[in-house]
Order: sequence, then structure tokens, then C-alpha cells
Amino acid sequence: MAYNLKEYAKKPERLAPGHRMCAGCGAPPVIRAVLRGLHPEDHAVITSATGCLEVCTYIYPYTAWEDSFIHTAFENSGATCSGVEAAYEALKKKGHLPSDKDVKFLAFGGDGGTYDIGFQSMSGALERGHDMVYFCYDNEAYMNTGVQRSSATPKYADTTTTPAGSVRPGKLQFRKDLTRVMVEHHLPYVAQTACFGNFSDITTKAEKAIYTKGPCFVNCLAPCPTGWKYNSADLMLVNKLAVETRFWPLYEVVDGKYTITYTPKETVPVSEFLKLQNRFKHLFKPGNEHLIEEIQADVDRRWEELVKLSNIE
Amino acid sequence: MSIRERLSGNEAVATAMKQINPDVVAAFPITPSTEIPQYFSSFVANGQVDTEFVAVESEHSAMSACIGASAAGARAMTATSSNGMSLMWEMLYIAASSRLPIVLNLVNRTVSGPLNIHNDHSDAMGARDAGWIQLFSETNQEAYDNAIMAVRIAEHKDVRLPVMVCQDGFITSHAIENIELIEDDKVKAFVGEYKAPWSLLDPAHPVACGPLDLQHFHYAHKRQQAEAMRNAKKVILEVSKEFEQMTGRKYELLEKYMMDDAEVAVVVLNSTAGTAKYVVNALRAKGIKAGLVKPRVFRPFPVEEIADALKNCKAVAVMDKADSLNAAGGPLFTETASAMLVRGVTGPKVINYIYGLGGTDVRTDDIETVYNRLLDIASTGNVGEVYNYLGI
Repeated sequence: MAYNLKEYAKKPERLAPGHRMCAGCGAPPVIRAVLRGLHPEDHAVITSATGCLEVCTYIYPYTAWEDSFIHTAFENSGATCSGVEAAYEALKKKGHLPSDKDVKFLAFGGDGGTYDIGFQSMSGALERGHDMVYFCYDNEAYMNTGVQRSSATPKYADTTTTPAGSVRPGKLQFRKDLTRVMVEHHLPYVAQTACFGNFSDITTKAEKAIYTKGPCFVNCLAPCPTGWKYNSADLMLVNKLAVETRFWPLYEVVDGKYTITYTPKETVPVSEFLKLQNRFKHLFKPGNEHLIEEIQADVDRRWEELVKLSNIE
Repeated sequence: MSIRERLSGNEAVATAMKQINPDVVAAFPITPSTEIPQYFSSFVANGQVDTEFVAVESEHSAMSACIGASAAGARAMTATSSNGMSLMWEMLYIAASSRLPIVLNLVNRTVSGPLNIHNDHSDAMGARDAGWIQLFSETNQEAYDNAIMAVRIAEHKDVRLPVMVCQDGFITSHAIENIELIEDDKVKAFVGEYKAPWSLLDPAHPVACGPLDLQHFHYAHKRQQAEAMRNAKKVILEVSKEFEQMTGRKYELLEKYMMDDAEVAVVVLNSTAGTAKYVVNALRAKGIKAGLVKPRVFRPFPVEEIADALKNCKAVAVMDKADSLNAAGGPLFTETASAMLVRGVTGPKVINYIYGLGGTDVRTDDIETVYNRLLDIASTGNVGEVYNYLGI
């Protein structure tokens, strides 16, 4: 159905309340928005990497997941999901499962479990063509262990392994562009999204990914109040500014064709996004203006590249 | 009628897998077990099985995919060796604690380093506390038979633990031997259809698997796992009995060779037992009361059986093809010695020989030196060095 937040919000919740994620965490809205992309009649098997999401949603003997759920370890959400999907194919072929009932396979991982330690497992599973979707909830550092840098951490962010000190202004490297890396896997559907506006972007993309046959990848921004150090109540504002400043562009790539799914109407400087977060506080000290300029230049360069890619017919 | 064939150990195991026709096989190549997924892939390509073969990008993913598949109610298998299993190590524990009846065919090879592709038991011994049942195989025939029985043992409701079927890399995996295969329909009937008690794929009964399992729940779950391993002893014997009725081939927790009146005995795993039996025969021809104990099952450890088998000996040498590097002795030695002690068997003098690491050849005359040492200990009562390296 065409997206309508009111209608989609009426769907039964598939992540039950009572889980232990922090107030102001960006992950639960991401997960719930993604799960609203499932058709109510379909069963889902969800795998999760070890991380905040797993340890806050399934603490024995309680689970927040209405669908079937499996967690095995940190670096293998992709491989675990691929095994479940292979079992489904085998058991269906042998007639051990009802052939009319659809089961969907969704793998979740944070940026640690996706960009870094779980990259191989995810890349392998998607390359092999399993009919599954890998969703990364990207909170830009290893948050579950206490805010250590990842390859998704933005340049100059203050983390516990890249502390902003008197000599080093936080992380020294720019972030890996994982969504683009996944496009080069030549998957039928790749997207980058966030909980933005009426959630149309994320739920529509999740639904497309889940109902596209074959391996798909969706990268979802998931701000973290303890790691990014913003006011918990500002979650949706942080999401909004990530998109409006073009720090986190929303786009999709269908069979290799790039489409920017939201173009900000105004040019909002990246500093508007950075200043909400105390992980970038040191950048606003006098004398550090050039560091913000460098971040702005990188944001502009990446956006222009994306525009060029989306103009390729 | 059973089928007489000539197969390598790898072919034998792959043939067992073909006859079992598992739902999912996920594997990654590593010498010397590579042939198993290769043969199996050809069965898939030729429609001889209807298994989903997942050609994963690492052994870590192989075990992860097997865990996912098994939790989805599928019969799942893999094969590996050495460093391949080292990479799986994290997932071995998770497979066992999740109580998933996965079967892993382990073609034993030394674990790096230094890098070496040849046989010893450091891979299996490194995983001895992972919660897997471990079966060892002297010959290609035993590897084949164990691979079939493993399915039944793993899936038994009182066990529900993964099983590792070990055989010696190259020595049996690549050597072609005469073998008696069981007819396809008989294997099919023996293993039966796998009916998982729960499955991720059942929409009517959604399940969650792999929780954060804190303090007292964790402890209770580990206790259940320990109980399952204890139950495995009985189940292994029951399944072996049923297998014997089908094939005439008898399997127990350990094999006693010329042990009834043995005064000196060697305890050894896998193919070296074959070499040692030749030595026992030669010594017996000279009137020497030599014997051999070959554990088939290392996990669960046959404490009572091994202590009972050795209780009347004067001197015993436990031979380890893996060293614990604890400056005291290999794993088979320490477990055998502790089994004897706790069962009150204190008569025999016990020594340890580490042997054949990295595939170093162990010949009959090497094993003869071990028996000669035991005869010396038996006559003088002088044990000397307990922890020894054979031939070096």
C-alpha cells in the first residue's frame, strides 16, 4: 500500500515494549520502522549481532521479539541468517514446510557488527545470494562496550579510543562509506535511510528490500544519546539534521541505478548537526574552525559524488 | 547385502553424508578435509542429494550457518581441519550451548604454528572443552560408521549436543582402504527423519534462540549441558548396539585389544592404534603380555571404562598426538591418569609419550620402544621420566 504513517502505525508491533534500550536511542525506532515494512501475514526470522540491540531485547527468559529471533555471536549475523535461509530452502524443497506460507529473513547488526568485525560474514552472505536483507543500525561507534571508535565513526568525533585531547582532536580518519561498498556487491536493492519525517523513507525502503527477491542491504542511521552525547529528547532533531545537512544522504540503488530519495531544500551547514552533540564539542573551541570546514568539505564532496551517480542513466 | 568398496577416508565420510542427505551443509575448504565438501558439491551438482550446500567464506561462517540452519529445524553438517576449526572455536561453544545436533567431520591436522598441513590431534584436543561429543576413528570404515551413528547420537532427545567425528588427516583421509558400505535405504532408515523439537521457521510457534543469559540462568543451562553429556554415554552405546545389529560391526566407548591378561598397555587414539596393534601381535608372538586400549569416545570421557580396562596392568603408556604444553603431559594422559585415580586404580605405573606432532611418522619400531620401556618399568618398578617425547 502507498505509505501512510497513520495506517502503518496501526500494524501490530513486532518489537514489544519493555525492552531495555536507552531513552532517546535511535535503534528501536529504526527496528520498529523496518518491521512495519513486513506484511502482517508473513512470518519473519530475525538474526542479530551481539550488541545493544541484542542484549536489550532478549534477556533470558524475556524476549521483545514477536517473530522468531536468533542471536549467536558478534561478527556473524550475516552467516547465521544465511544458514536459516538455506534451511528454509531445503525444508521447503523437501516438502517439510507449508509452501504457501512466506518467511522473510532479516539480519540486524550495529556498525561494529557490520562495518567492522562482521563485515566478512555479511559480505559473504549477500554475495552468495541468500534471499535476505541485512539492516545495519549505524550508531557510529561500538556503543555497547562504551563508545569506542569504529570505521563508521565520523572524523574528529570524540570516542573512548579516540579521545579529543590536547594533541589529537578525536578520530583522525573519515568514515567508511559502507552503503557504497555494498552497492559494489551488485545486489538488487541497496539503500541508505534514517528515521526522518513521517518515517516514509525508512519503512518504504525496508518494505522494498524485504520484498525484493535476493540479497539486499539497508543502512539505517541510529543516533546514540550516550555516545553522541545529545539530549535524549532531541533524537528526531538529530536524525533530521543528519539528513538536512547532507551528512547522511537518503538514497537507494535499484539494480545499480542510484536515486536520491530526499534532496534538502536549503543548504544547512553541517555545524548545525555537529553542535547538538557533545562528541564534537571540542570542534567549537576557538581556533578549531578549520576542522569543521574540513568536515563540511567532505560532506559536500560526498554529496556531489552522489548527485553525479544519480544522474547516470 | 552391504557394498564392498575401496574409498579414502574423505570419500567414505562424504559417502556417509550423501546417504544421510542432510538439509544443509555449510563448509569452507582446508587441507586435508577439503575433499569432503568437494565430493559433496558434486553430489549436489548431480542431484544425488537435495541438500542446500552453502559455500561460505570462512569456517567461522560455516559453523554460524550450521547453527542458523539447525535452529531452523534442519539437519546440518560441516567438515574442517586444524586452523579451520580454530576459526570456528567461538561458534563451537555456541553450537553446543544452544543444544544443536550439528555433525562436524574433523579431519585431524596440527594447529598452526608453525604452519604444517599434516596430522596430529591438536585441533580436536583444543576443542575438548567446547561441549561437543568427540568420536575418534582408527580406519576409513570407522570414520564412515561414526559419521552415520553421529547423527543419531546428536539428535537423541536426552543428548541434543553436536558431534565431532575425528579421523587422521592424510593417514586415513587420503589413504584408500577396503570398506563395507551400508545400502542407501538402510542408512536412511537408520538415521530416520529429523524432527526438531522447535524451529525458527514455525510461524505458529515463534521462538527466540541465543539470549543474553545472565548469572543463575546461565549456570542452570550449563548444568543441563553437563547432564546431556553424561546422558551421551548411554545413548552412544544404545545407538552403537543398534548399528551392530544392522552391520555386525561392534562399537563401544573404547576398544580393548588383547587386554584380558595384559601386563603392559598403550592407550592411543585414531590410526596409530592400528600400528600399535601390529606391535602387540608381534610382542604376543614372543610371549609378552602386551595390550592396547583405543578410546573411541573422548567426550564424554569414558572414566569408568578406561580405569577398568587398565586396572590389572603393571605399566601403562598413554600416547598423545597433541601436547597440552603444561610441562606435565598431553590431554589423553592427564585424563586417563585422573580417571584411574578417581576410580581407585593405583596399581599400574603410568607414563606419557607425546608422539607424531605435525605428522611426524611413527613406525612400529617406535611403538616397540614404548612397550620395551613399559616392560622395563614393570620389571624394575622404576618409572623414571613420566612426560616423554617419542623419538626426539
